Amino acid sequence: MDAIFIIEQLLNGLGYGFMLFLLAAGLTLVFGIMDTMNLAHGSLFMAGAYIAARVHESSGSFAGAVLIAILATVLIAAVIEILIIRRLYSRDHLAQVLATFGIILLADDAVKAIWGPSPIMAPTPPALAGPVQLLDALPYPSYRLLMIAAGLLVAIGLYLLVNHTRVGMLVRAGASNRAMAEFMGVRVGRVFSFVFALGAALAALAGALMGPISAVQIGMGEAILIPALVVIVIGGIGSVRGAFVAALIVGLVDTAGRAFLPPLLRAVLPPSLAADLGPAMAGIAMYVLMAVILTLKPAGLFPARA
Amino acid sequence: MNASASLPASAPAARRGGGFGAVLPWLLLALLAAFPLIAPHFELEYYVGFVRRLLIVMIAATSLNFILGYGGMVALGHAGFLGVGAYTVVALVDAGFSSAWLAWGAALVVTAAFATLIGAVSLRTRGVYFIMITLAFAQMLYYLGVSLRTYGGDDGYGIYTPLSLGGWLDAQPNAFYWAVLALAALIFALGSRLAVSRFGLALMGIRDNETRMAALGFPVFRLRLVAFAGAGAVAGLAGALLASHNGFVSPSMMHWTESAILIVMVVIGGMGNRWGGVIGVGLWLTLEEVLKMYTEYWHWPLGLLLIAIVFFAPRGLAALFGSKGERA
Repeated sequence: MDAIFIIEQLLNGLGYGFMLFLLAAGLTLVFGIMDTMNLAHGSLFMAGAYIAARVHESSGSFAGAVLIAILATVLIAAVIEILIIRRLYSRDHLAQVLATFGIILLADDAVKAIWGPSPIMAPTPPALAGPVQLLDALPYPSYRLLMIAAGLLVAIGLYLLVNHTRVGMLVRAGASNRAMAEFMGVRVGRVFSFVFALGAALAALAGALMGPISAVQIGMGEAILIPALVVIVIGGIGSVRGAFVAALIVGLVDTAGRAFLPPLLRAVLPPSLAADLGPAMAGIAMYVLMAVILTLKPAGLFPARA
Repeated sequence: MNASASLPASAPAARRGGGFGAVLPWLLLALLAAFPLIAPHFELEYYVGFVRRLLIVMIAATSLNFILGYGGMVALGHAGFLGVGAYTVVALVDAGFSSAWLAWGAALVVTAAFATLIGAVSLRTRGVYFIMITLAFAQMLYYLGVSLRTYGGDDGYGIYTPLSLGGWLDAQPNAFYWAVLALAALIFALGSRLAVSRFGLALMGIRDNETRMAALGFPVFRLRLVAFAGAGAVAGLAGALLASHNGFVSPSMMHWTESAILIVMVVIGGMGNRWGGVIGVGLWLTLEEVLKMYTEYWHWPLGLLLIAIVFFAPRGLAALFGSKGERA
């Protein structure tokens, strides 16, 4: 392990962290404002990935594909919100988990019917296919840099939106005390619809960006949903800032665990044991992190409800 | 944050009105016991295996129903316990043991230990955090399974010689079926008894008002932990039976969607109703089996059913059958 390898892996972790943030931001706001647990968020991520990959392939324009994926996913999300999610606000978490799990089953079959059961390849845009020479000895894929840049831009945008606009003020009011916000005349339902659409857009963006570096397949939404849930729990449910910090921590811990733990274990343990333990410890690192943080701070790092 | 507040307030199923309700379990048991003998006459041999799987999953669902329905604990990691039980069997088979009873008993004990440890940590949290932390532990178990290369890692482990039930039983082709049926009936009876026992009533009291129960002097944490560990152990037994049934164990049986589907089945059937697990598993797996026969798109009808149940039968199907004896 040399310094170059470490920097490279940390950058990878940062990129993954930003993608997790895109997912977690929508999830945490939906959860924070309407106290609604939406497992189908991962399905929106999957929709974004599929649409972007297909449109990119047929049109050749990556930026256009991402844009269309976002718009189409927001449309899908609006339909889901009006038909199902809206009726779940007043129900308990268990009902929300069940109904949105039902949406996952519907979404997976819909994707299978439209695009077939096998994974599809999402092409990397040719302009970003090559590496960029970050340091003399450190070439880094330019596409991954784009992911980091996009994540950073969205984070700044969200920060400005949530902390420095009127809409953001309403969002924060809803998240910290919904009943009080309603008494003060905020139409929380409308704020929520806006937040749900925004969350869908960010999930679609994450899906579209993740497509080229991972497999676009049925079940990809369920796979990334769990880390995203871990992020919002660590960050404190309802807090965008918490989601940001937690997403970067989880992204780094997960990537670093996978990259550094196996070689480190090999140095201190017999090879066969290290080969068994390495992947397991890397896989469970973020869950251990969550357990520890919840023990120390039961409401997460940045509780939205004071 | 209170998943428990709107749980159905089920009353003891105790003093039931006799009549049909009282003989129904026995009738069902007799029917199920006779099924492998009748099946060949109707060319239904294939379904003996299917019913065996139903019974095994019912054991798991009944154990989950106990903590979910009566205890109000939304545990999204129950499949992890099935996995612990299954891998206990794998470990024993790999070490050369072949007795089914030893393997199943060991699964029960090992899973109880795991569930006690996990419960001791998880039960300190409430609401969504409890859901998430049970999920997290199940994920840890999942990755542990993936990393166990001795037992096949990701690819799983095949149990090629069936476990021995001992003596003359091994010559009897349906012995495993009847053993599963006996265990399922035992667990069902145990669940029904416990639900109306002092322990079960205390558990329901805690579900409905924890603070009051603590004030009354009930050891809230300990009662919940005992329930959680017991349910986990029974799930481990179901996992061990499933390992014997499939002759194959892989980490995918601990995937979080498996835990979610267990919850789904319990809620469809009816939480806090002793028939909840039975009805839910019977309906869900039968639908799955039938739909798979006709189409490869068998997920979406189940998804629709799930959404319909959430909106139109929030207390599960058992409640629809107007089982007056089941709840006050």
